[in-house]
Amino acid sequence: MGDRRPIELEAGWGKMQMGVAKLKRILEGEDEPQFDADLYMQLYTIIYNMCTQKPPHDYSEQLYNRYRDVFCVYINESVIPALKDHREDRLLGELHRRWNNHQVMTRWLSRFFNYLDRYYISRHSLDSLSNVGLICFRDQVYSDVKRRARDALLTLIDKEREGEKIDNMLVKNVLDIYIRVGMETMDKYENDFEKDLLVATAAYYKRKAAVWVAEDSCPDYMLKAEACLRQEEERVGNYLHISTKPKLLEQVENEVLRVYQQQLLEKENSGVSALLRDDKKEDLGRMYRLFSRISGGLDPVAAAFRKHVEADGMTLVRDADAAAAAKKDAGKKKPMAGTGDDAEQSFVRQVVALHDKYRLYVEDCFSNASLFHKALKEAFEAFCNKQIAGATMAQLMADYCNTLLKKGGAEKLGDEAIGVMLDKVIKLLAYLNDKDLFAEFYRKRLSRRLLQDKIVEHHEMQVLAQLKAQCGAQFTGKMEGMVNDLQLARDNQQAFEEWCQGQANSGSVVDITVSVLTTGYWPSYKTLDLTLPQEMIDALSQFKGYYDDKTKNRKLQWIYSLGHVTIKFTPSDSADDNRTYDLMCSSTFHAAVLLQFNEAATLKVSDIQERLTLPVEDLSRVLHSLSGTKNKILLRLGDAKGPPTINDTYKINTDFKSTMRRIKIQLPVITDDKKKVVEDVSKERTHAVDAAIVRTMKSRKRLGLTQIISEVVQQLSKMFQADVRMIKKQVESLIDREYLKRDEDNPNMFLYLA
Amino acid sequence: MMKRAKKAMGGAANRAAGGSSALFEQYCDPATDEIGPEGVERFCSDINTDPSDRKVLLLAWKMRAKRMGFFSREEFQSGLTALKATTTAQIQRALPGLEEQVECNPDSFRDFCTFAFKYCLTEPSQKLIDIDTAVTMLAIVMPREPLMPRFCDFLKEQTEYKVINFDQWTSFLRFAQEVKPDLSNYRDEDAWPILLDNFVEWGRRNADRPIDFT
Repeated sequence: MGDRRPIELEAGWGKMQMGVAKLKRILEGEDEPQFDADLYMQLYTIIYNMCTQKPPHDYSEQLYNRYRDVFCVYINESVIPALKDHREDRLLGELHRRWNNHQVMTRWLSRFFNYLDRYYISRHSLDSLSNVGLICFRDQVYSDVKRRARDALLTLIDKEREGEKIDNMLVKNVLDIYIRVGMETMDKYENDFEKDLLVATAAYYKRKAAVWVAEDSCPDYMLKAEACLRQEEERVGNYLHISTKPKLLEQVENEVLRVYQQQLLEKENSGVSALLRDDKKEDLGRMYRLFSRISGGLDPVAAAFRKHVEADGMTLVRDADAAAAAKKDAGKKKPMAGTGDDAEQSFVRQVVALHDKYRLYVEDCFSNASLFHKALKEAFEAFCNKQIAGATMAQLMADYCNTLLKKGGAEKLGDEAIGVMLDKVIKLLAYLNDKDLFAEFYRKRLSRRLLQDKIVEHHEMQVLAQLKAQCGAQFTGKMEGMVNDLQLARDNQQAFEEWCQGQANSGSVVDITVSVLTTGYWPSYKTLDLTLPQEMIDALSQFKGYYDDKTKNRKLQWIYSLGHVTIKFTPSDSADDNRTYDLMCSSTFHAAVLLQFNEAATLKVSDIQERLTLPVEDLSRVLHSLSGTKNKILLRLGDAKGPPTINDTYKINTDFKSTMRRIKIQLPVITDDKKKVVEDVSKERTHAVDAAIVRTMKSRKRLGLTQIISEVVQQLSKMFQADVRMIKKQVESLIDREYLKRDEDNPNMFLYLA
Repeated sequence: MMKRAKKAMGGAANRAAGGSSALFEQYCDPATDEIGPEGVERFCSDINTDPSDRKVLLLAWKMRAKRMGFFSREEFQSGLTALKATTTAQIQRALPGLEEQVECNPDSFRDFCTFAFKYCLTEPSQKLIDIDTAVTMLAIVMPREPLMPRFCDFLKEQTEYKVINFDQWTSFLRFAQEVKPDLSNYRDEDAWPILLDNFVEWGRRNADRPIDFT
């Protein structure tokens, strides 16, 4: 047992020094055996005793200071000299070695002096033993060598950028020193290394980019840019601290992308427009990926995209316009609306194709970004509201839909393809300002299809459903009413026929099929007061009898121009020639005219006109269709040429022959008066604006003009783009009609007058 | 008895009314008990004023006359009472005061302009006055307003509006007060009637045209 006398400082210290010396020899790589458990315990115990001795033999403070001194001395003696003359790789290697040593040293020494950590250090809130070691290293080694080390590191990184292979682990390990000497913070790493790294990186890429932008095409440049970014990311993963990543990439993005963005995009043969022109989807995708990294980087790309799409669209417009004009000049008669062959119709098809093409771009290249959807929308809105040969896009779309929807209108497409095409065309409606104009044209075409029974029901319903979803129920209200009317008419007809059975004179009256149309839903038709032959009058009044029976207080207005009649025609008088033909006449007028000839074989036009009370121009058209075309049912007397006039005389063509039993007699269809449709829509708009203003003012009571305008425009946006001036005019009109008045206290505000 | 009491009570008023009443009877048409065009002419000559003079309109305004060219007994007498005048001489002396009132007091001027418009409405349900009437009236009502001649030129030239409504009339009054003669401070986001927006457009297009003061 040892005596209980306290260990004197120097004595104890002497023993420690021996341990320290041993440690140093190990660190210097000399041939020295490792510490064994016994020695370790001895050293530990010396410290323990010297710290637990009663004062004045409690040497904690001295030991603590001397512990620090051990490091300082060793560093001065061995470490600093070792690092002194090295440069670059050698420096880094030696630094790394010395750092490792230092850690070993700290580990061992702090174990020996461990007791200090437990009580003395915590009681006096001093740096822990390992921190003491670290601080010594930091203040003596690190501060001396940091600049040289940094330069060495940057040189290595530069070499690696130029393609040389460097020792990644070494760099990582040295950077670890920078991180560790910062203790709780990243200050040392950031200030002594990272800052300069970022500057060097910027300078490096500035140089490179300047050369690339002068020599390379845009796609090639972008490939290089992408490669650089990838490389720098790898670099971070290999040896830099993760927090450096965004800062580093920012430098690269700035020098490589932001600085030269405009130049790149505008490159003559390889910039954005060229890429779009040449369908370089992969390059465009890369462009999107790269420029989405910088804030606002995509705006010029989207703008270029919009410009390009708009230009393509305008080209379509101009070409179609020119083609239509050329045809007109060549004197060819314009084909009937809806044949699908003329330039206007193919224009709609081309617009659909254009839309498909560029929508795909947005999805594939531009990652479905809303910025590009917006650009696409704006481009289409710009050219979809232009006119082709005086016809609005609204009309062309309605005509094209008519071609697709008409039975037999687009046979070569096939059922499913028609459905798909309809869907696409209706989607284009979103770009139209004059949606209500489209609705009006569509309604007119729909009525003709319905009345001529040329509908394919599932397509019609598909379109109506789509219109309703896109534009609201108000948009399709009338159209649905029309379809409904005809469905009811079918049911009604059956009921009518059953009712007829029960009537006394059934069998003597001519067969008649009636469709009752609700006035508000259908386009307005010219009504003529036609004096019908008696047989027809009887039929009509029979239906009227049925209808009055069934309903109350309803007035029937007959539209003869829409009726069809089948007439049995026996041209010859002679008994042995009893050929008869069925004349399928496309209007009731034909019947009325022809039946006149039952009473007299020859008739003057003036007589016919008097008896039928038909206006001359309508009568003229009917007569022409019966005598001036392929099937001459009637013959004109004399040699007159040109359209029938009031002074002509007609007779039955008793020599009429045809190989067909059933003969179609058509009245030429008058193409819709475009001007009238536009006028009607214009009137509707005035009402709609009035209603919107009143609706708004009723709920808000008091509003300024600009607010009224913005409310109204928004409310009506589904139907049409309301014109500011028109709204203002209606406001004034409503003031006149005393729905509104100007606020006396603030003349820019308007009040609702209940 | 009653009659006499009444006469005594209304003495003071009657004394004044007596004056204006007597004056009224000098010009009125006994059949209708109101001063008609012929009487108006004589009256104007007695106060040394031309019937088309602005002062006559001012008088009508003071009287709150309802029908152009006619003064009822009540209108005539209440007007004279307001002027504190019973003789033509007194009336004549009061006229400059009337002009000054309208010149210096913006509320009175506004009231006068409003009256002028309504005074032109001849039919009971009429709400609009035609361009010629408007132009004439504007010249009488605001002869010294720098914008007035140009506005009148414009009204005569433009074809969009054939009649003027009350809102347009009062808005022009406000326009003349707020907007500079060179139209420089006109703001199109203000809710001026379209007529005035058109005027500004026309005015800017014809800025160098000499003003027709006839």
